[in-house]
Amino acid sequence: MVKPNFAKFDTLALHAGQQPDPVTGARAVPIYQTTSFVFNDTDHAASLYNLERPGHIYTRLSNPTTAVLEERVAALEGGVGAVATASGMAALFLAVATLMDKGGHIVASGSLYGGSHNLFTYTLPRFGIDTSFVNPRDPQAFKDAIRPETRLVFGETLGNPGIEVMNLPVIADIAHEAGVPLMIDATFTTPYLINVFDHGVDIAMHSLTKFMGGHGTAIGGVVVDSGRFDWETSGKFPTLTEPYAGYHGLDFAEEFGTQAFVMRARAEGMKDFGACLSPTNAFYILQGIETLPLRMQKHVANAEAVAEFLDGCDEVAWVNYPSLKSHPDHELAKDLLPKGAGSILSFGIQGGRDAGRKFIESVNLASHLANIGDAKTLVIHPGSTTHQQMSPADLESAGIGEGMIRLSVGIEDVADIIADLKQALRVSQKG
Amino acid sequence: MEITVNGLKAHAATGGRDLNADEPAVILVHGAGLDRTVWQLQTRNIAYMGRRAYAVDFPGHGRSEGKALNSIEEMADWIPAFMDAAGIDKAKLIGHSMGSFVTLEAAARYPDRVEGLCLMGVSDSMPVHPDLLAAAERNERLAPELIIYWGLGEKAKVGGHPHPGLWVHNASQILFENAGDGVLFNDLAACNVYTGAVDAAGKVKCETLYILGKDDMMTPARKARPLADAMANAKTTVIEKCGHMMLLERPNQVHDALRGFV
Repeated sequence: MVKPNFAKFDTLALHAGQQPDPVTGARAVPIYQTTSFVFNDTDHAASLYNLERPGHIYTRLSNPTTAVLEERVAALEGGVGAVATASGMAALFLAVATLMDKGGHIVASGSLYGGSHNLFTYTLPRFGIDTSFVNPRDPQAFKDAIRPETRLVFGETLGNPGIEVMNLPVIADIAHEAGVPLMIDATFTTPYLINVFDHGVDIAMHSLTKFMGGHGTAIGGVVVDSGRFDWETSGKFPTLTEPYAGYHGLDFAEEFGTQAFVMRARAEGMKDFGACLSPTNAFYILQGIETLPLRMQKHVANAEAVAEFLDGCDEVAWVNYPSLKSHPDHELAKDLLPKGAGSILSFGIQGGRDAGRKFIESVNLASHLANIGDAKTLVIHPGSTTHQQMSPADLESAGIGEGMIRLSVGIEDVADIIADLKQALRVSQKG
Repeated sequence: MEITVNGLKAHAATGGRDLNADEPAVILVHGAGLDRTVWQLQTRNIAYMGRRAYAVDFPGHGRSEGKALNSIEEMADWIPAFMDAAGIDKAKLIGHSMGSFVTLEAAARYPDRVEGLCLMGVSDSMPVHPDLLAAAERNERLAPELIIYWGLGEKAKVGGHPHPGLWVHNASQILFENAGDGVLFNDLAACNVYTGAVDAAGKVKCETLYILGKDDMMTPARKARPLADAMANAKTTVIEKCGHMMLLERPNQVHDALRGFV
């Protein structure tokens, strides 16, 4: 039996989406730092505007450097296409606004990045879109929360900062039974650790700022379309299945079929909302993606060692990391994330909030800042920073205690990371 | 648009424009296991060039009802039935892969109704690899994977597509996967046993344009030569660095080639 021999993940991370520049021979992806692109003639211009021919018009809509990034991420995720955005939050808003109008409803995991939680809780209701939050470990809760007006089920592969493992196949089935797509923020895992589309997810999004870029140099986001959700059969998505006056009555599902979502996201969302990624940031992120497989292997190996270390420390009350047998989702993580459960972990220090503050202020190698997924080790106290807008009840529901520390384990020598944590833990217990 | 053909609902995309009976008609016919959306850019482009564009879904494909038709000859006979139902007297036909066999056979059978013929990804025969046929019969994902492996040119397999953000590999894969059980096998089997291409080419009277991929492994460009040689009025465009899926791989070159034809 013959078998196709397609390029593998590591090869795609380096090559997908790019041919050497046909004019200059440049092997690296050139930065096309231009706002606009010259048309051949008026017919060519009209056909580009009217989505009759492929090509670039204006960098808010698309750009050759950014397009390499979009195509590369789509290739790594196994999607039909992708749209890059100015940030991960822009990607999330773009997806929501492409899927629904006022009156829409979202069922979301209660354990989300604080910015996403804020968007769903406070901002989207101003536009008539409501969200019900549920326990990410309770699929039945997702099912029970779905209403006739629900248009999206949303969660994160690994909850932030609770590190809950979402049971994607089960929750995807629940969403699909209700005729709505499942969208997942896969920032914590990247497509290297899990291909979410293989588990029934319909739309993936990333903050490219994190592991994908990997070096803390550029903010960016992306939304990727699996192409597998049948918008027409669902009948709940008029933005994709009915004529759009903004494009002379274009019906995206009728004309673009499996690419309906990603085409509308670009044609409407990038044009009207305008949260485009700069070509230079696309370049920086592409440099990171080239080494994504190598970095993720080191991130995971270091995180596993750090989790084991913390788990054995008297100063540590608990450690939340799915590779530990004590984690409630340990078996699910082994199933869904066989290459490892990422490099974000959270833990609580004996002594609560004060001990947590001392720890944060005592680390030397690790950096105290509001990011994750950098090559360098990072720490933060979510209750006072990334999740500070959440009420005590929401914090409790998201599993965030007052003393919780979130650690993003970098790719330094793991002995140096552990030594730094050890001395900071010692300081945290001093009176 | 939806109309009734042979008692069954038939669907066609019209490129986002209202149909105008005064404009010339162009019918686009998809390949095995595909549907109208494989022509997504071409349909819009042709429609906005002032033509009545109909990218059809064959019975049992896309949004058209019924079972997939079993032979190239049956599919060819479906074309004038569609034209009758749509109120089209004469049309130019554009076919890709299996659709090129269908439009070739239709042009031979119904010369009074076909004003022009464009054949893309065509050859004098289309023998299907037994492993591909077997995988399609079992409705395995391997079948579209093999088509993409052999069907996409090397350039398209790496990417750098002119359509921003589109990953052609998966755009093609998902399109094939959307075909109903047995549909891809039915179509591949029809291509496998069709032996009438050269005879049909000899009967074609209208202007014919061949658009071929230089790196097409499924229907190699050189294998279209016997068909073109059998025709009195054939022109050929060969697209460099292009495989079998030229509609998706090299849409700009396909547009340029079609501009003079439609």
